[in-house]
Amino acid sequence: MQPTSHAFKTNVHEALIDATLQKALGMMKTGFQGKRAQAVARLPEFEALRDAAKGIKNHTLEHLDFYLETFERNVTTRGGQVHWCRTPAEARETVLAICRRLGAKTVTKGKTMIAEEIALNDFLEASGIAPIETDLGEYIIQLRHEPPSHIIAPAVHLVKEQVADAFRASHTALDPKRKLEDARTMCDEARSVLRQKFLAADVGITGANFLIAETGSSVIVTNEGNGDLTQTLTKAHIVLASLEKVVPTLEDTATILRLLARSATGQEFSTYTTISTGPRRAEDTDGPGEYHVILLDNGRSAMLGTEFQDMLRCIRCAACLNHCPVYSAVGGHAYGWVYPGPMGSVLTPSLIGVEEAGNLPNASTFCGRCESVCPMKIPLPKMMRHWREREFERKLSPRPYRWGLGLWAFFARRPVLYRAATALATRVLGIAGQRHGRFRTLPLAAGWTQTRDMPAPEGRTFQSLWADKLKKNQARHEDTKR
Amino acid sequence: MPSEPCRVGLFVTCLVDLFRPSVGFAAVKLLEQAGCTVEVPRAQTCCGQPAYNSGDKADATALARQVIEAFEGFDYVVAPSGSCAGQLRTHYPLMFADEPQMFQRAQHLAKRTHELVSFLVDVRGMERVDARCEAIVTYHDSCSGLRELGVKAQPRRLLGTVAGLTLKELPGAEICCGFGGTFCIKYPEISDKMVGEKAADIVATGAETVLAGDLGCLLNMAGKLLRQGRPVAARHVAEVLANMTNDVAPIGAPAESG
Repeated sequence: MQPTSHAFKTNVHEALIDATLQKALGMMKTGFQGKRAQAVARLPEFEALRDAAKGIKNHTLEHLDFYLETFERNVTTRGGQVHWCRTPAEARETVLAICRRLGAKTVTKGKTMIAEEIALNDFLEASGIAPIETDLGEYIIQLRHEPPSHIIAPAVHLVKEQVADAFRASHTALDPKRKLEDARTMCDEARSVLRQKFLAADVGITGANFLIAETGSSVIVTNEGNGDLTQTLTKAHIVLASLEKVVPTLEDTATILRLLARSATGQEFSTYTTISTGPRRAEDTDGPGEYHVILLDNGRSAMLGTEFQDMLRCIRCAACLNHCPVYSAVGGHAYGWVYPGPMGSVLTPSLIGVEEAGNLPNASTFCGRCESVCPMKIPLPKMMRHWREREFERKLSPRPYRWGLGLWAFFARRPVLYRAATALATRVLGIAGQRHGRFRTLPLAAGWTQTRDMPAPEGRTFQSLWADKLKKNQARHEDTKR
Repeated sequence: MPSEPCRVGLFVTCLVDLFRPSVGFAAVKLLEQAGCTVEVPRAQTCCGQPAYNSGDKADATALARQVIEAFEGFDYVVAPSGSCAGQLRTHYPLMFADEPQMFQRAQHLAKRTHELVSFLVDVRGMERVDARCEAIVTYHDSCSGLRELGVKAQPRRLLGTVAGLTLKELPGAEICCGFGGTFCIKYPEISDKMVGEKAADIVATGAETVLAGDLGCLLNMAGKLLRQGRPVAARHVAEVLANMTNDVAPIGAPAESG
C-alpha cells in the first residue's frame, strides 16, 4: 500500500467532512470502550496480568534470537518450515514461490496485518493468483478495494448500507432485488459465498497472534472461525508473522490471551483460539499438507535496543485505537498506512520512515488514554515524544513552527525579559479584549479563531499584580512601624 | 484543618500568569486557608512543556533547570494545573537521567510538587471550603491531572462542600477536550472536532458552568462554547473553591458582567 501519511492533514480534512464516516465512527466509540471497561472490572487480577504480560514480552525481546531459533527448531521437528525474511519483497517472493510450486490458483486469507504491511494482495493478483479475504470485515473492504481502517475491525469506517452496496455490486449471481438490510442477512450471504471459496482454495494464509517457541506452534484468535477453514482445508498453510510475535511457552500465551480479547472487544476470550502445530500428520483426519511460517523483520530488529523497543510488546488488540480521541475523530484511513491510532503513530515511522510518517507522532494531545488501557503497558506517548525529538534534531518539523518555538523559548529562558514582555503583551491584549472578553480573530492564531473564540486575558500578569501586592504590604508594614 | 504550617512555592503556570491571574490569587487564598505561607519565585516563566512535547530537548532541559533552581528550599511546590504539576513531577526526573546531580535535584522537586486541589485534600487534609456558588456546574477531568497525578475525587469532594452548588457529572469527563498544548495549533481541525464534542456533552448536562483544573483546557472549552453562543460559563475550579465567583467574570466574558 502506497503510504499517504505525509498528507495526513489533507486526509484529516477529508475525513472530518465525510458525514458517513463520521456516523460510523460515532457508533464505534461507545461499543468498544464500554465493553472493555466491563470486562476489566470483572477480572480483579487484570492489573497483575498486565505486569506479568509485560514481563513475558520484555524477557522474550531481551532473548529474541534464542526464542526465534528455538521456535524454528520446533517447527522443523514437527515437519514445518520457517522462512526468515528481512523485507516485504522477500516475504512476498517466498509466498509466491510456495503458491507456484503447489500450482495455486486461489488463496484464502485469514486476517493478517502483515499481509497488509507487505501489500500481498496486489502482488498475488499481479502474479495471477486470486487472494480471497475470509474475515468478514476484510472481505468487505476487499470488495471495496480499500485498506483496513482498524487493526481488529477493518471495516469499522463503514455503515451497513455501504456493505449492502458492496455485496450487490460483487455478488452479481444473486437476485439484485433481494433484501439486504440487517447484519444477519449480510453475514449469511457472505458466509454462503465464502464457503465455496474455502473449498476451492489451494493455499491458506493466516497471520499469527503468537508464535510459541517451546512447541513450534502459531496461534490465531478469531470470532468467525474463518481462520480455521483457511488453514485446515488447503494444500499448505502459510503463517505470516513478524518476529516479535514469539513467546517462550504455551503458558505464557495463555497469560497474554487473558488480556487480549478483554482489551480488544471486551470478550473474556475470542470465540475461536486456534493453535497450529506443523502440517497434517498421517493419523490426522484433516489439516494442511504443508506448514510454513514466514518470519518478517521489516525494520523490527532495528528497534531492539532503542527507545522504541517497548513497542515490540504490542499484541495488536487495538485498545489504544478504541480509546484514542484523535482516532475516533478522523478514523484509520487518515493515518495513511497500515497501522492507525496511537500504536501506528509509534510503529509506522519505524517501518516506513519518519520523513513519510512524521505527522503521526505529532498528532496526539498526549492525553495518555492509550497508555492507560494498553494491556502491555507500552508508554505510547513517551515514544511519540521520542519521534518528535528525532524530527526536531533533524529539523523536519515545519519551519514557522520551529521559529515560533525558538522565539518563545528565548524569552522563557530569560525571566526578567519575559516578565517585561508578557506584562506589556497582556496589557495590550487585555485592553483590546476588554469590551467583549474574547477575540473572534487573532493574528497568528487563525487555526484556533476560525472555529473558536479566544478568551481575552484579564489585563495584568499575575507576576506584576503580585509584585504590586508585595509592595503594598511592604508600605503598610513601614507605616505601622512609623 | 492541618496542624503543621508550611512554606509553599506557587508555580503560577504561564497560562494563569498571562490570561487569568485570578486563578493564581484563588490558589494563594486556598493555600493560606490550608495553613501555608505562600511565596511566588520571580524566576519562573513556564514549565517547558511546549518545548518538551515538541522534541526540543535543549530548551526543555534549560527551562526545567530554571524551575528546579527557582523552587529549591520550599516545603512544597504547588501549581493550579495538573498538566504543569505533572511535568515537574513525572517528566523532570526523566530529563536528567544522565546527570546524577541534576537528577537528584529533579527528584527532590518532583516529590514535593503537587497539583493545587489534590494538595489541599491529600496533603493538607482540607475537608471543606468556605464558599458559596448558586449554580449547577459540571466538571471536566483534565488529562494530565487525571492520568499522571490521579486527580479525580479531590475536586469533587471539595465542590461538594460549596454552598448552593449542584454538580452534574459530565459524560465522557475523562476524554480529552482537544487542547493538547501545541496540538491545537498544529492540528486545529482535529482539535476543533474534539472540543466540539466536548462542548456538546457539556451543554447536554444542562449545567450553567463548566469547571476544570487546567486553564489550557478551559480556554479551549470556553472558546468553543462562546463561539457557539452557548449559555455556559467556564471557570477554574479554584475560583469556585476560593469563593471568588463574584470577584471575576467567567473565562472569556466581558469584565463588567462579573
